[in-house]
Amino acid sequence: MSTVTMIEALRRAAEQEMRRDPRVWVLGEDVARGGLFGQYRGFLEAFGAERVVSTPISESTIMGAGLGAALVGTRPIIEMRIFDFVMCAMDELVNQIAKVRYMFGGQGRASVVVRMPHGMWRNSAAQHSQMLEAWFAHLPGVIVAAPSTPADAAGLLVAAIRSDDPVLFFDPKDLFGETGEVAETVEPLPFGVARRVRSGDAATVVTWSAAAREVTRAADALAHEGIEADVLDLRSIWPWDEEAVVASAARTRRLLVVHEAVETGGFGAEVVARVVTRLGPGALRAVRRLGAPRVPIPFSPPLEMALRVTEEKIAAAIREVAAASA
Amino acid sequence: MTGPRGNLGRAIELLRTMRRIRAFEEAALAGHRAGEIPGPLHVSIGQEGVAAGVCAALRRDDRITSNHRGHGHALAKGAQPAPMMRELHGRAGGYCGGKGGSMHIADFSVGMLGANGVVAGGIPIAVGAAQGLRLLGSDAIVACFFGDGAINRGPFLEGLNWAALWRLPVLFVCEDNAVAAFTPADSVTAGAGAVARAEAIGVPAASVDGNDALAVLDLAEMMVAAIRRGEGPRLLHARTFRLLGHTSTDPAAWRDAAEVEAARTREPIARLEAWLAGAGVEREALAAIAAEAEAEMAAARREALAAPWPTAEAAFADVQDIGAVAAPA
Repeated sequence: MSTVTMIEALRRAAEQEMRRDPRVWVLGEDVARGGLFGQYRGFLEAFGAERVVSTPISESTIMGAGLGAALVGTRPIIEMRIFDFVMCAMDELVNQIAKVRYMFGGQGRASVVVRMPHGMWRNSAAQHSQMLEAWFAHLPGVIVAAPSTPADAAGLLVAAIRSDDPVLFFDPKDLFGETGEVAETVEPLPFGVARRVRSGDAATVVTWSAAAREVTRAADALAHEGIEADVLDLRSIWPWDEEAVVASAARTRRLLVVHEAVETGGFGAEVVARVVTRLGPGALRAVRRLGAPRVPIPFSPPLEMALRVTEEKIAAAIREVAAASA
Repeated sequence: MTGPRGNLGRAIELLRTMRRIRAFEEAALAGHRAGEIPGPLHVSIGQEGVAAGVCAALRRDDRITSNHRGHGHALAKGAQPAPMMRELHGRAGGYCGGKGGSMHIADFSVGMLGANGVVAGGIPIAVGAAQGLRLLGSDAIVACFFGDGAINRGPFLEGLNWAALWRLPVLFVCEDNAVAAFTPADSVTAGAGAVARAEAIGVPAASVDGNDALAVLDLAEMMVAAIRRGEGPRLLHARTFRLLGHTSTDPAAWRDAAEVEAARTREPIARLEAWLAGAGVEREALAAIAAEAEAEMAAARREALAAPWPTAEAAFADVQDIGAVAAPA
């Protein structure tokens, strides 16, 4: 074990897997220079230019070439640099990667990891800040991972690289500098198993990715006041740990889902709908979602801050849900 | 005489491939008209010389990617008509278990990595397959079939640049049938076209009469040899003509009847038959090749019609291993 940043944890996980399996390689812009965030630092020296391929700014072909290379038996890590650029590769992702195995009757496997650093980060404005992970939970054929801690990020990245299914891996940019304990040898974490951040009976709070940090802070602060929330970090939203969430909500009878993405049509809507369907319409005393308003992300710090799901907003929402009476 | 013109046996094989493609697609059209084949059906009648000529230059372990008009590419690469026909009919035992249909025929066992319903969709996949093959130490190459419409999509520029940068073993095949869906290709394409665009990126390219299957094979063999020597990608531009509509339900009534009639006189099968007859092959032997192909495809059609439908549970298979939804009980 050692205490490292999330970026170092992710670097460690990918390096370990490239050493373990010579079929694993990485392609994307600037990856041979260590990647935009340093998540591939030292890879060129360790693995050579055939396995660490700095590509042209050709998102369609970064994505599609990764697929083609998977179809002949390699296991590419497709680096999108920033999530928002995947819009230039949506045909290759949505029409091709997500569907090849199915529409060819199981003949080919798109065993790729698509890494897409997402979310608000250093006032990057409307085209470098989005969180649209819910789109991909809606897309059959893919796994959608959205971790929030260094250990979870490393463990899920190892699982993603070893997965025969395509994995869309949402690196949380804003948490890259967060530190945590990570094993020297990273074991894969299963998809679809939530991490219980803290236990309590006051309310069930479900979150993932960047919002998990703020939720953790808010819940820790409220615990000092005696409001003990049951906090679950989903870690992946497809598959997602429906059983853990339903069991917790059945116990607390109060449900709050928090995500950085726009609230309308976000994955929180799915979580709420499933819990209500499973437990029945009268089972919960309070149900709430907390996400961003349905507006693009602005540049100016106070404008961006106005849209962020902050510790204060989360604490207020937990109080409200916890206070609801029968 | 060198090349395929000096080898009557290879010329006869080209004819047989084209006859089989033609007979397969005519049988499919008949099935579609009869309501036996659902969905859209894009046939390549008149374009068989390109698929036959290019694939005859490939090894079995070479890969191809194809487009929505890909029956000929699949057959020429070695895919079998019976599972193809079952697939077109949506039946169990089709190449894709009835989940792909005409637009998604694939046979990975012969290197056919799939037809594609998106124009230019196969180009990034082809260059990546070539990159993967190199990483695995293989000397197989990848041929990438696309139409004249694809050269106006971004992946064409990206894919050619990509293949040229790393000198990847890719044969780009622009099958120029003169129409992009319902629109004459030259009315929506600026500049001098595929060859000029490829050359601007540093990919050696040449045009050929795509209705002269022998000429296509000649050029493809030269290009494939260069690619296998490690000289990087090539682009083969084959001029041909789509004799029918965009889909089986498109009468293409907007087209100039005289132009279509003139094109019929240049279609590739009659041309190769005339050449073979001139080289001394009996007309009866040529007719027998056609009859054999028609009998083979008629049998494939009958067999497909007799094949069972897939069970509903099959709709839930092969989505994903982790996070798959179960079929309803």
